[in-house]
Amino acid sequence: MTTNALKSKSSTSGQAGDKIFSGTALAAGVLILVTLFAVAIFLLIQALPTFVADPADISGGEGFFAYIWPIVIGTVIAAAIALLIATPIGIGVALFISHFAPRKVAGPLGYVIDLLAAIPSVIYGAWGYMVLAPALVPIFEWLAANLGFIPIFAGPASQTGKTMFTAGIVLAVMVLPIITSLSREIFLQTPKLHEEAALALGATRWEMITTAVIPFARPGIISAVMLGLGRALGETMAVALVLSTGNLIPSLIKSGNQTIAAEIALNFPEAFGLRLAELIAAGLVLFLITLIVNMIARGIIARHKEFSGAN
Amino acid sequence: MSVMTSNKHSATPTPPSRKRNSLSKGKLPRWAVPATAAGAIIIGAALSTLTGFSVATFAIYSAVLFVLAATVLTAVVEGKRQGRNAMWTYLIYGSFLLALIPLASVLYTVLEKGLPGMSSHFLFTSMNGVTGAVDNQTVADGTPVLGGAYHALMGTLLITLWATVISVPVGMLTAIYLVEYGKNGPLSKAITFFVDVMTGIPSIVAGLFAAAFFGLILGPNARMGIVAAVALSVLMIPTVVRSTEEMLKIVPNELREAAYALGVRRWRTILKVVIPTAISGIASGVTLAIARVIGETAPILVTAGIASQINTNVFANWMSTLPTFIYYQILTPTSPTNIDPSVQRAWAAALLLILMVMALNLGARLIASLFAPKKGR
Repeated sequence: MTTNALKSKSSTSGQAGDKIFSGTALAAGVLILVTLFAVAIFLLIQALPTFVADPADISGGEGFFAYIWPIVIGTVIAAAIALLIATPIGIGVALFISHFAPRKVAGPLGYVIDLLAAIPSVIYGAWGYMVLAPALVPIFEWLAANLGFIPIFAGPASQTGKTMFTAGIVLAVMVLPIITSLSREIFLQTPKLHEEAALALGATRWEMITTAVIPFARPGIISAVMLGLGRALGETMAVALVLSTGNLIPSLIKSGNQTIAAEIALNFPEAFGLRLAELIAAGLVLFLITLIVNMIARGIIARHKEFSGAN
Repeated sequence: MSVMTSNKHSATPTPPSRKRNSLSKGKLPRWAVPATAAGAIIIGAALSTLTGFSVATFAIYSAVLFVLAATVLTAVVEGKRQGRNAMWTYLIYGSFLLALIPLASVLYTVLEKGLPGMSSHFLFTSMNGVTGAVDNQTVADGTPVLGGAYHALMGTLLITLWATVISVPVGMLTAIYLVEYGKNGPLSKAITFFVDVMTGIPSIVAGLFAAAFFGLILGPNARMGIVAAVALSVLMIPTVVRSTEEMLKIVPNELREAAYALGVRRWRTILKVVIPTAISGIASGVTLAIARVIGETAPILVTAGIASQINTNVFANWMSTLPTFIYYQILTPTSPTNIDPSVQRAWAAALLLILMVMALNLGARLIASLFAPKKGR
């Protein structure tokens, strides 16, 4: 009788424990959904005054669209420079680690590149501000003197080096480890048999890479670059510290231009009222842009997974 | 080329040199590439001196010369395909070396500029009472720089601690739901999707999220430590969920089934069998997540404001953290006319921050290897 009572007691308490535990786990999952939903709503509510306000009251005096457009373009320019620099180098580094470096040192070298990702963004910003920008001034002057007829290199070059081009280079350093580590993963997944078949047919190492590795890894590379783009679009501190901001101009080696993230970081601490709503609306625009970019990247990865034998 | 053709057409092939046999003919000798490199470096140095010597132009000229010369040489001796192979090989080695330059430069700058300012005074003093006049006086007298980052260090530790306290339970429980209870249903699919969405949120937007949320509840200008901790949690939760999920997934199903077979309840199986097996991976994932958010600047800027005195209460008043301290010391130096003391404080704080991040990264690797479940018997 006593044993029975004990048994049933323990079994009911176990049942309760099960219910409580699974309930808590479920609640945590739902909490994430509710938080994201609620905060998106709050953000919309806070940004709402911008869309109903008199266009003359918005910064620039011509409405929200005229205000947001130049800094969206600025954001895209900075990210484009970063990707143009980081993509070839990042893929090169990934190929070096996966296919060129001796096996023994490949792992440690991978860690070294991952160290680039561990350095906080504000330190990159400080480095760009104090080391990179002054070092680039002679290059900008050379570009302005010799290639000044191209609008993006139109002079006179900035004397501080705090330009869109510098910001783009700092962003390139920051997205490089993302592109490298993701493409390295994909390169290592290339079927060994494909590689060996190419080599057995007499291909050189480079021909093996172009015929076996790159076709297999192409979707992975594209999504790695897209994820890097998402990071470059949303990166704040590097641009806020490195760029001497101004109106939208085509030249990349003069001070000027602005990105959404830096616009928010530089102005938010003093903002109130309608200006605050404007900045939150700008943040919403940035969120939507990065959301679309990231979703495309994840879509490519997901589709790739279904068709490859990699998993 | 001439060596090759002469070999091909001679009736009795006599090796042109005693080191060359039929296996190595038509190949560059071993010394050719180092010799090309040496030549490229010498000519590069000469070219660079012509236009006013600098390390940058020297490196660029030498590298371009070497790649061109080695490619052409290989193409002529070994054929066009080998030439192309050689060119891409050198370019890929070059891209790796190029990627090391910023890393080396950043680490060198932080050490060089940060070490002079690193002292016990810097570590245990706040910026309270340190004004532009104080800095001007220090520069005029040549005395050690006053003021430090103690308040920012405390802010960083407290805000990160609170972010961890919020994110770890939520993140771990969500991962447990996804792996153990979700069964790939619509809810777990939705959670996975939105965790992915959260991974891509730019850090400044996470800050705005928290600011807007608390701004509506507590009124505008609700800036304090806990708001920053919530912003950091938005960035940290997806990392914790992802790493915990990966770790729970690799716990063998046999362990769960063995526990069920012994009549153990599901929640006790998870707590006593599944999580202890995966704990090393989970702990190292959490440590990496902390390392990721401890250096975040943008969300703190818009949520915790800036302070120059010590504030250990995350529920009231503005706070500084190391990243915002660095940012403001550089962008708005304490004394606009004498920026050196501020620059020195900023780099010392940068050194402190990098040391913390590196320690966390190393710690994550140590945890993963020390507490990993024993393999095989």
